[in-house]
Amino acid sequence: MTLGYISKRLFHLALIMFGVSVVVFLMLRMIPGDPAQLLLGEFASPEELARLREQLGLNQSLFTQFWIYLSNIIQGDMGHSVRTNAPVTGEIWVRLIATLELSLAAMCIATFFGIAAGVLSAVKQYSLWDYGAMFMALVGVSMPIFWLGLMLIYLFAVKYPLLPMMGRISLGLEVPDVTGLMVVDAVVAGNWQSLVSALKHLLLPAFTLATIPMAIVARITRSAMLEVLNMDYVRTARAKGMTEWVVIFRHALRNAFLPVVTVLGLNLGLLLGGAVLTETIFSWPGLGRYVVDSLAGRDYAAVQGCILVFALLMAVINLAVDLIYVLLDPRIRVNE
Amino acid sequence: MKRLLVVFLALFFMLPAGVLASQADTLIWGRGGDSVNLDLAQATDGESIKAGIQVLENLVIFGKNSMDVEPQLAESWSVSEDGLTWTFKLRKGVTFHDGEPFNAQAVYDSFARIIDETHPLHGYGKWRYLSLSLKPVTAINVVDDFTIQLVTEKPFAPLLNNLALWLCPILSPKAMHEYKDQIGQNPVGTGPFKFVKWVKDDQIVFERNDDYWGEKAKVKQIVLKSIPEPSARLMALQSGAVDIADDLDPDSIKLVEKDSDLAIIKRPSVNVGYLALNTEKPYLKDPKVRIGLSHAIDKNTIIQAIFQGMAIPAKNPFAPSIWGYNDAIEPYGYDPAKATKMLKEAGFDFSRELELWAMPVSRAYMPDPVKTAELIQAYLAAVGVKAKIVRMDWGTYLKKTSNGEHDMCMLGWLGGNADPDNFLYGLLSADTAETPGASNVALWKNAEFTELCKEAQVIFDKEKRAAKYMKAQEIAHKEAPWIPLAHTTIVRCYNKRLDNVPLRPNGLNSFQMVSKN
Repeated sequence: MTLGYISKRLFHLALIMFGVSVVVFLMLRMIPGDPAQLLLGEFASPEELARLREQLGLNQSLFTQFWIYLSNIIQGDMGHSVRTNAPVTGEIWVRLIATLELSLAAMCIATFFGIAAGVLSAVKQYSLWDYGAMFMALVGVSMPIFWLGLMLIYLFAVKYPLLPMMGRISLGLEVPDVTGLMVVDAVVAGNWQSLVSALKHLLLPAFTLATIPMAIVARITRSAMLEVLNMDYVRTARAKGMTEWVVIFRHALRNAFLPVVTVLGLNLGLLLGGAVLTETIFSWPGLGRYVVDSLAGRDYAAVQGCILVFALLMAVINLAVDLIYVLLDPRIRVNE
Repeated sequence: MKRLLVVFLALFFMLPAGVLASQADTLIWGRGGDSVNLDLAQATDGESIKAGIQVLENLVIFGKNSMDVEPQLAESWSVSEDGLTWTFKLRKGVTFHDGEPFNAQAVYDSFARIIDETHPLHGYGKWRYLSLSLKPVTAINVVDDFTIQLVTEKPFAPLLNNLALWLCPILSPKAMHEYKDQIGQNPVGTGPFKFVKWVKDDQIVFERNDDYWGEKAKVKQIVLKSIPEPSARLMALQSGAVDIADDLDPDSIKLVEKDSDLAIIKRPSVNVGYLALNTEKPYLKDPKVRIGLSHAIDKNTIIQAIFQGMAIPAKNPFAPSIWGYNDAIEPYGYDPAKATKMLKEAGFDFSRELELWAMPVSRAYMPDPVKTAELIQAYLAAVGVKAKIVRMDWGTYLKKTSNGEHDMCMLGWLGGNADPDNFLYGLLSADTAETPGASNVALWKNAEFTELCKEAQVIFDKEKRAAKYMKAQEIAHKEAPWIPLAHTTIVRCYNKRLDNVPLRPNGLNSFQMVSKN
């Protein structure tokens, strides 16, 4: 992988973010009404409005306004929330970390079980395993998250109280804030009790969030594997006398991975943005709920910040997916 | 390998899930959303107020289960002969959670920051509900360390109830200077609990104030958990993960009632949900038309269908749990035939389509505004009146209704201070019917009614005031600027291992006396 390729892609990313920030910037100016009034809400006093107009340069040219806005964003200043008076950047950050922890956990579950089920189905095509796994995938894709989450809570937290039903860690347990990811922080601090508690809190919501991507990954893996398993080089590998295990995982799976990685990447993006339901059911203090609350509270600064963050996340994930492609398939490198 | 995995998994699940030994002393309180701002002088949402009153205290406060005013940080008070000067004797030996002493200066700073634009702390807050709190106060005098005077321009009897509201809390001046506009994220008061930490959208932790001036709190900690999904909140209550669950839906409440481990208190609230008729519109100007429309609507069915029985039908602008309520008034019952007859007599133009504005958000007094609007629309159609439901976002809705742009609009009032003045003068007097910015969205201007309300404001004898309000309610009834719909019942669901769970008609209580077994 050349450095040139990466820097080219990073330039693309910067370009995309610039475009998104232009859209976000224009959005507020295109809504009828005074942007300062929109940002401060209906109760703002004339002095506050005047101060914010000054800060945003609202009486100057659109270009100057954009310059002020862009330099603020680059410095990490996305304005103040009208609901809490607090800087939006900080408010988003704590919630983003919570969402990230949940999404990554869901992603691990989806990847591991999805790929396992897909490989199993493909290798034992038309067997009971295959039908069983694909039936489960169908169920997983079509199950309403809301219903599943509540059922899981009912089963594992109310009927058989094995797992907690809300929050990120048990009351009274503390982990020093290093990364904000409870599981990582607990490991860093060597606090095993907190680690177990954090993992338990993750289990139900992560599983709920993982069902749909898990099902999709299983189906994609199966079809990609089926295609690859009929290839000549797999036959060659078998002919060389390699064990079936090596044939499947080293020769077949690696080549079946490209579409799977694409789907995983897309899904991670969806998980980050689409965790609202799961976060609501499991009282998880994440970004999805924050967006909904901000929209309901007409908190423009917060909504703008969230759009920028989501756009950045999607762009970074896409970049990561492309880079993994190159790692997996040397031919892409040649073409570049 | 397999065996090891099984042992590991078993251990994982066996370890306590959520409950630790220390929680026997912790009250866990599940509610629908997070707080926004715990500086109660700035708080505008219920979740902030419910939480903030555990930490902050006022000069005076409502009774535990009633709306009568009692001493809190003021030991006693008196009003001068002319009714202009209120003198409060303050409690001695009280300290704030940060160790600062409570005295008249603290009261001065806490109040002056709200009303005095030159006060150094004024710019750090948004005093949105000023008109409900200290607006009539023109001067604050520190007489000595433990005596403070509030001076009003005109005699203003409801001031005491205003002071008992959450809107006039006393905070540590040192903390207010230190935290500036972030005081709402780090409240420092004198209450039975002190603020410990706040994990946004997750939990707020309060700890017992062991130096509290009054009876110390029974539990060591309160944890307020945000559980946005109502079914999850119910399950949290059923499983014992929380001790109290707020804002359950009517179906969940039925399940709580059946559960032998859970308890429930129900109390009539002080709120009102209403349909305001714009009396400035020529076709709604005639009281006979408005009374006709009142007869067309079946409030009982609305209460059964929308409020699921958790409300009582309204006939007056304020609830029977507030003093001064006129129970002698005969409500306009559901009578479609009479409605049609009255409308015809009044010469109502049935070809005209009326705009029925439906609130875009649900509130305690209006749990499902759109369905309610649809029902009202159907009732009106049954008597031949065409109505079109109009929807818009909440901010615009409030603005446009206060400009009088609607024909009929749905609104309500929480009425936290439980003073009739709050409803009658605030929502129906001619003084508040001036557009733009009218809070009397019926734009009803009745001189006699307004005069009665103003007279009552300067009378300090409760019975004499009540007499004025009784008369005012009669006028409002005869003129029918509103179709009052419902007063909701407020409910608190909790685990039976709790004792002494209080519930005021406005739903706001300190949990100081609650104990957990």
